[in-house]
Amino acid sequence: MSDLSRVDKIVADYKEQKTPLIYILKDVQAEYGHLNDEVLTNVAKATNIPLSEVYGVATFYSLFTTEQKGKHIVRCCNNAPCHVKKSKDVLNKIKEYLGIEVGETTPDNVFTLEFTSCLGLCAVAPVMMIDDEVYGNLTPEKAVAILKDYKLKGVSNA
Amino acid sequence: MHRLHVLVAMDSHTIAQGARSVRDTLVKELALAELTDEVKVVETGSLGIYNKGVVLVIFPDNVYYANVTVLDVTEIISEHFKKGRVVDRLIYKQAPADQDIKVDELDPRFGKQQRVVLKNAGVIDPESIEEYIAHDGYEALGKALTEQKPDQVLAIVKDSGIQGRGGAFFPTGVKWGFTAKTQSDVKYIICNADEGEPGTFKDRLILEGDPHAIIEGMALSGYAVGASRGFIYIRGEYKMSIARMQRAIEQAREHGLLGNNIFDSDFDFDIEIREGAGAYVCGEETALIESIEGKRGEPRDKPPFPGVVGLWGKPTVVNNVETLANLPQILLNGAGWYKKLGIPDNPGTKVFTMVGNINNPGLIEVPMGITLREIIYDIGQGIPDGKGFLFAQLGGTTGGILTAKHLDLPLSVSSLREIGAGMGSGALLVVDDSQCVVDMVKNFVEFFNHESCGKCTLCREGTGRLLEILEKLSAGKGSVKDLSLIKELSETMMRGAFCGLGQAAPIPILGCLRYFEQEFIRHAKDKVCRAGVCHLETAAEIKAA
Repeated sequence: MSDLSRVDKIVADYKEQKTPLIYILKDVQAEYGHLNDEVLTNVAKATNIPLSEVYGVATFYSLFTTEQKGKHIVRCCNNAPCHVKKSKDVLNKIKEYLGIEVGETTPDNVFTLEFTSCLGLCAVAPVMMIDDEVYGNLTPEKAVAILKDYKLKGVSNA
Repeated sequence: MHRLHVLVAMDSHTIAQGARSVRDTLVKELALAELTDEVKVVETGSLGIYNKGVVLVIFPDNVYYANVTVLDVTEIISEHFKKGRVVDRLIYKQAPADQDIKVDELDPRFGKQQRVVLKNAGVIDPESIEEYIAHDGYEALGKALTEQKPDQVLAIVKDSGIQGRGGAFFPTGVKWGFTAKTQSDVKYIICNADEGEPGTFKDRLILEGDPHAIIEGMALSGYAVGASRGFIYIRGEYKMSIARMQRAIEQAREHGLLGNNIFDSDFDFDIEIREGAGAYVCGEETALIESIEGKRGEPRDKPPFPGVVGLWGKPTVVNNVETLANLPQILLNGAGWYKKLGIPDNPGTKVFTMVGNINNPGLIEVPMGITLREIIYDIGQGIPDGKGFLFAQLGGTTGGILTAKHLDLPLSVSSLREIGAGMGSGALLVVDDSQCVVDMVKNFVEFFNHESCGKCTLCREGTGRLLEILEKLSAGKGSVKDLSLIKELSETMMRGAFCGLGQAAPIPILGCLRYFEQEFIRHAKDKVCRAGVCHLETAAEIKAA
């Protein structure tokens, strides 16, 4: 693992805030990509919170990850309002296009595919979220077109 | 002075349909055409128009364009803005320039609506505190701080009879009363904006469309109970809500409407945003408090209730976004005015979200007491593709099941309670008859199983076992015995689960079993799925495998 000194800096940034662990973990994850044991141990030391507790929080919330993920995270909703609008067809097409199952990352590390719980965009269901951006009224074809766009960008930025 | 104003509805729904790129293209091409001084682009919150893609409103011409894409922008600029010729093919609604089009007249859906909470949504620029103030904003707070004592504010809220819009419908004034009378050096107000009940997006659109109403509601609440600090707990996934709320808080501070000695009174109040990190259970108020305290969002024992022992052990009022956004209007217009809306048992309006198999999905605000038929067939314009109505689920995925025989039931908390349902979050999921009931229940249980926090055995294991049984049934490997197992597990969870999640999860399961038992039996016994959704293996196939 690379330089872990930035963990101390992030923790110091929040010294004015009461109980900021979730914010610290968010920033640390943004910095290092994921929260592995080494990173979490350093967060525990810097915050003086037991590692067990830090680990417990890091594994409780779905926006935290302890494993390295792809450059883009594709989150598909399959809750009831999307389900009745055929979100499964969209998901199956995405799986086929990316060649991975939910929870996996493509071999080129460009995409990780996950489920999300309801994003509150049900009037334009089915929906997915890629990183911080949301896409609605999806069809299997439309979803693949959007992913192709990201793939192009992903390659050019690499 | 600008000759034309272009309103672009920018909420998460329109952005998901491309509103941001239309806005960006518009701004860029207006600059290229050197029209930036003449035409102003204004972002608004949701107009409440959902099935028309990106909508632009041109004032003072009173032209509404719908389904606008980036490819249409050049034509709108060259024809309409330069030559004054309206682009006919994009027109959604138009009126003579000297007459106002009210949002209400735009869509047949609006006729039955009564907008209190949503009165500013789509009307004002949510990023402008001046526009909020121009629409009576912060007037209720000013009046309260300069003319009323805290107990008078509390009395008005109590008298109005407003009930918590998070779904429990507990009287807000009573809740405040517990905190008001508890002695403490520090008290807190929390706005619960951890909206996560599937099908619900009312809070999202209030956060995005009228953020100052929430700030004002929180300040009023703080004044009434003696709290000087507030927290808004917003889902981490709601990026736009967080950004708009943050901006609104900064503006309110700059205008002295948050901070010390607000309206030159001795009342101090400030608000901080706390972002969630992805956990449905954090919508439960004690789990939410745990999360603000930087811990796993697992619910606490109750009592003591948060009103007495809440955030960091201090008395804390936790109110839903919609509840708080009602307060400025109640304080301005009085308890009597509010009571006249809705019905005696449930005063006020209710914001519903219509989703699923419905022609006109979206957000509506209607008086309590409306029927399901009016919502689905009048406002929602029925079910698409000539399909029939199978059932509706009201209140999100933990909500009760309503069938065709309930279509004319006036919706109130008590009428719903009698049939084992509830108003919940106001999400109304319409399910057409091409769907399979067993498959739907399996989908509900997948959600509960994913979102169970794991603290108590009944919910953690119960949702897991239920899912196994339903997977078996929908694969044609179940038996009739499984139905009684589902019932037994569900009833045990309702009685014994630790928090609302595990207690409410069985509601839709038992509801579907009660109204559609035959469909379950056909899956179990005859290995037939009426809708053809489940891939049932026949006995021969199972044997062959």
